[in-house]
Formats: sequence, C-alpha cells, structure tokens
Amino acid sequence: MSRLIWVVLLFFCDSASAQSDSTGRRDTIKISQLEEVIITGDLSPGKKATKPLANLEQYLEKAAAVNMIRRGSYAWEPMLNGMSAERSVVTIDGMRIYGACTDKMDPVTSYVEITNLEKANVHNGQTGSAAGATIAGSLDLVRRKNYFGKKNLKGIAFSGFEFNNRQKIFGAGVNWRSPGIYGNVDFTFRDADNYKAGKGEEVLYSQLTKYNVSAIAGLKIDAHRHVEASLIYDHAVDIGYPALPMDVSLAKAWIASLEYVRHHISPWLQQWQTKVYYNDVTHIMDDTKRPVVPIRMDMPGWSKTAGFYSRLQGAAGRHDWKLTFSGHHNYSLAEMTMFSNTPGEKDMFMLTWPGVQINYGDLYIEDIIPFRENLSAVVSTGIAVHNNLVNKRSGLESLQIFYPGMEKSNTRLLKRFSAAIQYRKDSWLLDAGLAYGDRAPSVSEGYGFYLFNSFDRFDYIGNPEMKNEKSASLNGSATFQQNGFMTKLSGSFFYMKDYIIGLPERGLSVMTIGASGVKVYGQLKNAAIFNTALDVNYRFAEKWYWTNKLIYRRGTGDGVGDLPMIQPFTYTTGFSVKVKAFSAEVLMNGSARQNRYNPDFGELALPGYTIFNMVVSRGFQAGNTSLQVKGGVENIFDRNYTTFSDWNRIPRMGRNIFINLVVGF
Amino acid sequence: MKPFKILSSGLLVILFFLACSKEKDPVQADETEGLQLVATFHNDDHKIDLYTKNGKFQTGYNDIFFQIKDKQDRFINDAQVEWAPVMHMSAMSHSCPSSTISKKEGTRSLYTGFIVFQMAGNDMEYWELTINYTAGGTAYSVKQKIQVTAAPKRVVESFMGADEKRYILALAAPAEPGVAVNDMKAVLYRMESMMLFTPVDGYTIKIDPRMPGMGNHSSPNNVDLTQGADKLYYGKLSLTMTGYWKINLQLANESGDIIKGESVTDDNESSSIYFELEF
Repeated sequence: MSRLIWVVLLFFCDSASAQSDSTGRRDTIKISQLEEVIITGDLSPGKKATKPLANLEQYLEKAAAVNMIRRGSYAWEPMLNGMSAERSVVTIDGMRIYGACTDKMDPVTSYVEITNLEKANVHNGQTGSAAGATIAGSLDLVRRKNYFGKKNLKGIAFSGFEFNNRQKIFGAGVNWRSPGIYGNVDFTFRDADNYKAGKGEEVLYSQLTKYNVSAIAGLKIDAHRHVEASLIYDHAVDIGYPALPMDVSLAKAWIASLEYVRHHISPWLQQWQTKVYYNDVTHIMDDTKRPVVPIRMDMPGWSKTAGFYSRLQGAAGRHDWKLTFSGHHNYSLAEMTMFSNTPGEKDMFMLTWPGVQINYGDLYIEDIIPFRENLSAVVSTGIAVHNNLVNKRSGLESLQIFYPGMEKSNTRLLKRFSAAIQYRKDSWLLDAGLAYGDRAPSVSEGYGFYLFNSFDRFDYIGNPEMKNEKSASLNGSATFQQNGFMTKLSGSFFYMKDYIIGLPERGLSVMTIGASGVKVYGQLKNAAIFNTALDVNYRFAEKWYWTNKLIYRRGTGDGVGDLPMIQPFTYTTGFSVKVKAFSAEVLMNGSARQNRYNPDFGELALPGYTIFNMVVSRGFQAGNTSLQVKGGVENIFDRNYTTFSDWNRIPRMGRNIFINLVVGF
Repeated sequence: MKPFKILSSGLLVILFFLACSKEKDPVQADETEGLQLVATFHNDDHKIDLYTKNGKFQTGYNDIFFQIKDKQDRFINDAQVEWAPVMHMSAMSHSCPSSTISKKEGTRSLYTGFIVFQMAGNDMEYWELTINYTAGGTAYSVKQKIQVTAAPKRVVESFMGADEKRYILALAAPAEPGVAVNDMKAVLYRMESMMLFTPVDGYTIKIDPRMPGMGNHSSPNNVDLTQGADKLYYGKLSLTMTGYWKINLQLANESGDIIKGESVTDDNESSSIYFELEF
C-alpha cells in the first residue's frame, strides 16, 4: 500500500513546483503521470515502506499495472497490463537482459535485490520505451545511484525474519562519497524453508537460498564529466518451485556495466550518457528433490547479453527531448538430457533453445512539448532492427524437423509510436494518449523445442515463421486532488493483431511423458485487453491516511474466448497513521470470484478471497545512528487462498509474522 | 672414360629403380582413407583386401570396398568382378542378398558393392565369400571364410509376408543419424530360393519411429520409403532427440496391402518388424 503513498507524494511535490517553476521542471510532472514509480531502495529509517525487506517482486506487485505470476515463493514473472513477460521489456538501469530458463523460472527481477535498486519505473504501452520495442510496457529497475558531494561515509545493516517460512534476511551496505569519487557496496542474503499456506498446509519444494553482492563506483573527470562502473552478482541455490515439476539447483547472474556521462555540453544539449554492458546468466533446473518423476532430467540454460546505449537529452526552444541509440546481442542456449529408465540405454538429449542469437539495434526519440502553462504533449517514436540467427547446426536441424525450409537468419523491422497530451485545470489533471507498436516473437515463441507448460500440460513448439505481433492502444486518466483528497480514474485499451499464442496441433506426438498434447505457437487474427483502475485516497488530520484501489481487467482473443491469466476484479484498501517516529497500517486486499478463465490453458474457476495485513513501526535516533523496527502480520486470519496468477493454483502464504530491522550509520 | 661409364651406369640404375617404383601407385593410400581393413583373400595370383567403414562384417546391410593386387603389389583396376556369399549351416547352405560390383565413384582401384547378411556366423555355421573375376582375359576365383558378427542393434529383418514369400529388409542409412530429418535408405529383397535373392520393386516401407523409454512418443514429418531410380528405397526419418529409437515398420506391396507389420496404437506398443537406432 505504501507504493501508492509514494506515488501520491510525488504528485504533491510536483504539483507544488509546477506553479512556481516555469522552466525545466515541467517534464518531471508529465513523466510521473505517464508512469508509475515504485520506490524500492529506501531502507533508511523513517521511510514508509510497509515491509522494507520484502523481496523485489512484492514491491512491484503494488503497482496497478503489474501482476506477478507466481510459481513458487521466489522469482515471480512480472505481467504488465495483463500481458506476460514476452510482451514487455524489463531492463536493469536501461540494460537489456534475458532469462536463461525455458520455463520462465528466472525472470529478470529474480537476479537483483532491493538493495541494488533505488526504484522501478513502469511505463505503459509504447510510452517511454527507450529500451526497445514492446507491446504492454516497460519496466526499468533503476540502480541505486550515488553522487559526488561533500565527503561522507554512510552505511546500513539490516536483518529480517519471517515466521511462516522461517525466512532469514540480512545484509549490509556501505556508501561513500567525496567530491571526486563515490562508491557503494552492498550485499543481501536470504534463506527460507518451505512456506505454509492457510490452515497449516505446508507447500513442499518452496524453499530458497540467495546471495547478492553489488558494487558501484563513480569517478569524476571534470566538472561536467564522469564515469561509473557497476557490478551485480546474484547467486541463488536450492530454489523450490512448487507449481512446477522441477526445481532449480543454481541460478546466477553477473551484471556489469560501464558508463560515461557528460552534461551541460551546449545550451541545447544537456546530457549525454553512454553505457556499455554485459550480463551472463546461468540457470540449472533440477529434479533430484522430487521423489517421483516419470523420467529424470537435467535442464541447464545459459543466456549472455552484451549491449550498449547512448542517450542524449536536451532542450530546444520549448521542447525537452531525449534520443536513445542502443543495441544488444544475446545468445540463448538451453538443453535437456533425459536419463533412461532402462539400464544400459543411452541418455536422450535435445536442445530446447537451439542456440538462438538476437542481434538488435534501436533508435528512440522522445519529445515533451508544452503548449501553454497547463497543456503539454509528449510524443515518442522508435524504430528497431531485430535479427534472429540460429548458427548452431544441431539447433537449426532440430527446428527444421518442423519447418523444413527454415533459414538460419531472420530479420525484422519493428516500429513504435506514442503521443499523449496532458491538461491541468484547477484541481484536475487529465491525460489521454494513443500508441502503436509491434514486437518480434520471443526466443521460446519463435524457437522453443518441446517446452512443457505445466499449467495446461502441453508441449510447446516455437514458430520462427510468425509475423510481428502488432498493438494499437488508447489510454487515459483523470485525477482530481484537493486538500487531502485525491481520486484518479485510469484506463487503457490494447487492440492487438497477430496475437501470438500456443494453438493445439492434433496429430503431433507429445514428448513429455503424461502431457495432454502439443501446441505450436501461432497467431490469432486479433485480441483485445482492457484495463481500468480507480484510486481514492484521503489524508486527514495530518496523520491519518486512507487509500483505496480498484482494478478491473478483461481480455479476449479471436477464436480463443477469454485470454488466460487475466486478473478478475481486485480491491485494496488501507488505513495508516503516523505520529512522530511511530506508524501503523492496516490493509485489506482481495479479489472477486474469477469466472472469466480459459480451460484450454489449464485455468479453472476460482472463489473470491479477502486478506488482511497489519504493520507497526517505530524509529529511533541516537546521534548519527538510526534504527527502524518494523513488525507485522500478513494474512492475519490465516486464509488459504490462491489467485489467477498462481501457476497451477498453488496456495499463497498463510499467516506470516515478520520483523524487519534496519540500522543506519 | 672409366669414371663416365661408372657415372652413367650408376645413373641408369637409379633411373631404373625410379621407373620401377613409379609402378607403385601413390594414389593407393588415399582411396581407402576412412575405411578399415576387414579381411584379405589370397589365391595363387592375386591378393584382395576387403574394407568396410567400421572394420567388420555385421548382420544387416554392409557397404564393402576392395582392391585387387597382383603378386607385385600392382593394382588390377579393370577386372570384371562378381561375388557370391554363402552360409554353410549344419543341415544346408544358403546365400543372402548382394549387389553387383562396380567401381566407387572417383576412384581407380576401389571396387564396391553391398551384401546383406541375415544372420551372424558362429563356430559351427560360417559364411564364405566367393569372388570371381576376369582380368586381362583370364578368369580367376578366390573363396574364403569370413567372420560375420551380430550388429549391436536390430538393423535387418527377415520374415514371411502374408503372401507366403520370404523377405529381407535391411537399414542402409542413416549410419550416423542426427537430431534432424535424416535421409533414410533401405534395401528390400525377396528370397526366391536358398541361393537366389532378388530386389523387390514398387513396394512401400512405412516407418513409425518411437522412443519406448519416453512414453513411446513419435516424431513429426517422417516420409515412408519408396523405391528410387537405383532400385533402393528412400524416405525421411525424423529424430527429435538422441537416445534409443525403435523404427517400427510395415511393408506394403504394390497394391498397398500390408503384408507384414502392425501400426503402433495405444494398445499395440510396437510392430513385429522394426529397426533400432541408438545415438
């Protein structure tokens, strides 16, 4: 719920400055209206995060546009606007990164920790899509930034414990700054056992252990130039996925970048950032913890990405513009070795991702044009060249079994465009926009070879001959704020052509023992997704704050009926109070019964549910040292429930008592 | 005069030896590259070296290569050759399918043909190969016992069809399969008598490759084998992963009637005739 608080606070800050500041600050207001910003990294005491040491996914889930598909207690897949990961672009500080798991057990968000990040920016549709072609939107996990300044050394240490799954969290960070150098080093450790769903039901294979270390350093070259180097190493072992037939023995990533920044270059060119980056992801699936499996298998995957971006920001006349030129190369390889149950028989091997390369180049331009004091427009456009290359002969030959004429290389041209206007009058803020974009099929959609989906129990085969998926969208919102009262109604509508989805193909023999059939990726003539959200917040008597949020989504596809994984009507309401160093909060969230679902994708009807959480916190200060103690109970009534986004309907956590301690010095 | 005589006769001797050694064909070593020697046959006049890819004679289809050399180790490159394999069993003898002999394309000394051994030899019962050839107007012959061992996997089927005739069906390719749609080649012979096997024309060899170790799943885009211009049978074998595959077979005659083999269904796990591949 505190995510809402942060977003609202931004509104307050910026609306105040809009009146007084006629140049340069206007853009902050515009952008914050078109995106949601989730502050993650502020662990300093006094800050209002409900559960400071929550994992990143729990933070992201608070955004209206974001749902998380859960396959376990960790590594949830973010869905933007009701659309799964293939339709959005998730970046870490603008760096493209691809998971190494064919079963989506390692979304990008699983390779970072909240301590690595300052905030997450969510853009809907093609607005703000500097990172690349997208349909649903972009999610940029912004790295914790430090900066040059007066000599200063600060640190934090934190520790947390959750009773439900006995999760132990601890870590520490140090950051120093001086006029010429700045640096951060931090690490986080998490270890949890299986969690228990409501009424004491233990969810087996839901344990996890994870280490994360990150460092960042900046060096000033002169008053207007500096360089920054950043490194994140994330290492997770023994991670259970109760919703899937396999767990993960190892998931690790190296994420490194080097950036050069120049500012105040000329009157019309304010900043030029150039970054080169490299990330290396390894993901090893493991079924040794499962006692009964039809056949034992090893499924390792690797994904390596090297890329760059160069971004110019400037002002010309009334325009505030941004231009980003970027490119990246990715190599994704995944294999499956099955160990025969017949002694003496050879192992069975195949490539599930046949060594596919993505070679991508992109040019994106964005311009903010204020027409009057209270009316402005944001226009953006982007064009990209997307090439897929299957250089590995054995990989190409596997796919040629299904597509005999398939060429090893395929190049696509992707285009995107968005335009929005914003109008401010008295206490009202209105905005409306439209956008268009297309995308290439993902590695699994284009080149996957017998990927088993444990939700609908089908083997999926990729289709490299698909056309680009296209989307046209409309969005709008109306916000009213006066005194302590704020209400906002927002909505978006996506109309897609050539919507990529798995379609059953009779007559194909399954590969996975026990699967119901084989689906080959194909395209629906069209599909449509509609989202709407209503926020009503009221702050009164300075210390009380009441927030409410209602979300509704609907998705349909030509010939398929209701699209799978669409959120039913969901509501959240919260009440919080803050007096000096003490704060308390009570939250209720829930969902109506889900009657729109798609049985062809394994979904079933779901009952509605309501969950209650509460948190109290107290801050202490002694000189330069501060301590924040936060404790609470999630799912107070120990309700056993599951939601539309829980893969295979695994139940969610039951009652969980948690304590977080953050020390700053 | 004397030194000159010594020098010139020395030169003559050297030249003589050079000329003679030119007879030893330097091409020889290259033509059997990639092949391994299996057996050497001797008669009074010649020596015949027989080669195969894996250095063995095995049950099933064997591509055999050989060179004929005289006692001076010179190649006989233009002989007319035919062969006759015979298995001597305790009660009787019988032959097996074999091709005519030709020169391997692009070689001068390498003769080639194939033989399909339906069974392996043992201490009591053995295979013997007779090679009859004419070179330089004279007819020669050589006959020798050969070792035929059982192939590690099932690559030949010998059966009685519904038409009361005996057939021999053998897998010729792929010898090194890959995860891909592989070109498949097979040979089909009818047993006319103990000693006579003739190639069969116009039939169809239906294939259904399965992985018994993985729920008996199949693969897409296989093409049944039909006869090509050279009388051998060609089709496509799709293999989606490495491991052990059972290629279930059904033999259909010119009219399309199935004369041997059953289709694989939920109730019937395998056909009575099949090949095996493990890679």
